[in-house]
Amino acid sequence: MRIVAKGLTYTYNPRSPFAVQALKGVDITIEEGEFFGIIGHTGSGKSTFLQHLNALVRLTGGYLKVGEYDLSSKKCDVLGLRAKVGMVFQYPEYQLFAETVEKDVMFGLKNFCRDMGEEEMRSAVREALETVGLDYEEVRDRSPFELSGGQKRRAAIAGVIVTKPEVLILDEPAAGLDPLGKKEIMQLLHGIHGGWCKTVVIVSHDMDEIAENCTRAAVFSEGKVVMEDTPAAIFARSDELLLLGLDIPVTAKCARILKERGIALDTDFTSDDLIRKVLAAYAARKEGRGC
Amino acid sequence: MEAVRLENVKFAYREGEGSYAVNGVTLSVEEGEFVAVLGRNGSGKSTLAKMINALLIPTEGRAIVFGLDTADEKNTFEIRKSAGMVFQNPDNQTVASIVEDDVAFGPENIGLPREEIGRRIGFALDAVGMSAFRSATPSRLSGGQKQRIAIAGVLAVLPKIMILDESTAMLDPKGRREVMDVVKKLNKERGMTVIFITHFMDEALEADRAVVMHRGETVMDGTPREIFSRSDELEMYGLALPRAAYISKKLAEGGMPVGGAFRAEDLAEEICASLQKA
Amino acid sequence: MLNDVIFGQYYPVRSFVHNMDPRAKILFVIAYIVAIFLADNFYALAAVTLFLIVAVLASRVPFGRVLRSVKMILFLIIFTAILNLFFYAGNELHVIWQWKFITLSWEAVINTVFLAFRLFLLVMGTSVLTLTTAPVPLTDGIESLLTPLKWIKFPVHELALIMSIALRFIPTLMDETNRIVAAQKARGANFETGGLIKRAKAVVPVLIPLLVSAFRRAEDLGDAMDARCYSGAKGRTKYKKLVFTWRDLVGALLLAALIAGVVLLNVYLGGKFAILDAFL
Repeated sequence: MRIVAKGLTYTYNPRSPFAVQALKGVDITIEEGEFFGIIGHTGSGKSTFLQHLNALVRLTGGYLKVGEYDLSSKKCDVLGLRAKVGMVFQYPEYQLFAETVEKDVMFGLKNFCRDMGEEEMRSAVREALETVGLDYEEVRDRSPFELSGGQKRRAAIAGVIVTKPEVLILDEPAAGLDPLGKKEIMQLLHGIHGGWCKTVVIVSHDMDEIAENCTRAAVFSEGKVVMEDTPAAIFARSDELLLLGLDIPVTAKCARILKERGIALDTDFTSDDLIRKVLAAYAARKEGRGC
Repeated sequence: MEAVRLENVKFAYREGEGSYAVNGVTLSVEEGEFVAVLGRNGSGKSTLAKMINALLIPTEGRAIVFGLDTADEKNTFEIRKSAGMVFQNPDNQTVASIVEDDVAFGPENIGLPREEIGRRIGFALDAVGMSAFRSATPSRLSGGQKQRIAIAGVLAVLPKIMILDESTAMLDPKGRREVMDVVKKLNKERGMTVIFITHFMDEALEADRAVVMHRGETVMDGTPREIFSRSDELEMYGLALPRAAYISKKLAEGGMPVGGAFRAEDLAEEICASLQKA
Repeated sequence: MLNDVIFGQYYPVRSFVHNMDPRAKILFVIAYIVAIFLADNFYALAAVTLFLIVAVLASRVPFGRVLRSVKMILFLIIFTAILNLFFYAGNELHVIWQWKFITLSWEAVINTVFLAFRLFLLVMGTSVLTLTTAPVPLTDGIESLLTPLKWIKFPVHELALIMSIALRFIPTLMDETNRIVAAQKARGANFETGGLIKRAKAVVPVLIPLLVSAFRRAEDLGDAMDARCYSGAKGRTKYKKLVFTWRDLVGALLLAALIAGVVLLNVYLGGKFAILDAFL
């Protein structure tokens, strides 16, 4: 499913003294198969944009098409759209509600796939829980509120991916997790990306995460998309990012300083690539002296 | 002077079950020290923190704050006055709908006269750089600003120790930086003893000392540099090196004469130096 | 964003009325209500109306904004008016129309108009209070006025603290509700269609997480309050002190004049039905 937005605008509390224009004409294209990153400050409009992708706010201005679903049309099948576009909110563990993990994960299935049999649902739940790294037999009958913090997060994600959405959108999926927990979540996303889940869209404040994981990314600022490119191209413009008050990855910080010192590295800002390029430069200099 | 002394403290949330959230920690913090406490979620960091200002009383062992034993209820008020605590969720710590009223809460509780409370609010908001927001509504501030208000609320009681229990965990990078800057300033300029609980490795770099907790025990204790040089151990405890340190380590493994950088700036210097030498 | 709707009652401008002491304003509203119920004829009500107009002008809140608060209870006003119109019982009635036990009389008409007028004035007056006083000073005012109740061991401080914390958490919980609703909608929850039972069931996935979160927040807040040396009202001081100013004196004088005027008009110009004598 391809996501295309053109001139998307949105205002909260329109025609009131509290009116806030959250989107001021967003243009963006997310191709099927991408692992897409969204960067921007709190209040830059990125959350409002994400909510549009799931028809959680009504489209009031501009054009938005998600796959074959035209959000600007009144006849848009919202339920069908939501079944195909999974959405994991920030701190998704706060939406757990059922008595057992199994029932909670099944909630989406019961809403979206009404004619699915009980057995089929069970096996879908099992698959979803196993995908997120939880032991189905061990957790199925437990209360979701008894799980540990990291397990709750996984169970909540299972509740979204249980319907195997083609597009998975995650708002800061690793927020509040410790380093290992973060790594595991990213591994989990890479694990499902490319299979039934064709496209992954993540919002992250962690620029290293974007640099290491994404195929392309967009930078939101004041209700607009100001950059949309590969992480390599975006972080090559780190001066502009810093001007916008955004962070840059450690690799980009390092490359900037090296560039000032006259050492230009053509890197894509992933750690592995930077290491490779620096080692290559080192080897080249050593050889150069050897001659 | 010794600010905090924990003597083999243990704590169990449900007594008699034998599973301790904190399982025999002995730790001493000097006045003016900036200690980072690292560890995975559920390693017992928060439980440890709550024992320092008598929110939790050790099931076993003793927690002593400026010579006062937390187990003695008569000391509770004094201990809380000298050991302030900032929590994780910026939304759950403010009691009032206006910033100055919220900062006033602590001073009101310890029964200060009106004029003094006014002065304390001025001082505390100034110290966290939030003077301009004195009459603002906390719910409209950013996460970082809310946490600075929470710090101001603690500061207004003039504590000698400030405990931050994962106070940056829910913030964006800008908010984290704001909080870190304030805390560093308090430590450097006012000699505030800081106990900073976090799982952001790069934040630990700002501390004088880092303590790593794992399954309720302290497993590493030293300067952040020492701790980060033991990367295999860190990994064992579910923690990761700051990215710059990771890159530096990999470069050294690749045969470059580098090692010991933890920040991007240092890493660049290292690379630069070794490339020029080559 | 919805917070603004909740707190939208407060109209943030600076004015004579805004600057009055909240305690004074609460007392004035009570006195104003007394004046409304004392008023026994249309002249007296006219005097109250005049006072209301002066109050609204002094508050610098647009009339339309004050009127909007009446809109919310318009249904109530119409409902009581209709009941009154057809079921008014009196001794000597100037009947206009009668059908079985339903009677329409001139007295009923006058009584209904009078009643609706009173309700209207009542709502307009009280909304001037909420439009010009932010929730926090309002709670402070209530707490201060309730202070004498401490003598009968009424937990005034605790009550005021609960009120102000509740006010403080309304926006947070509203945001949270919106977030949970959105998250469950994304999982296919349907809140818009279906019968009553289906809709009630649909609320569960929102209500439970909301409750869980409210408890978690309460626990956190309890810890934060303890950590900030909270130990009840004992030994506690207050930073904000309410002070009466000349504005409150002006208000008091005006209200005293209003009540005196209403009483005089009542005495000299007779009851509300007196105008009937002139026409019929």
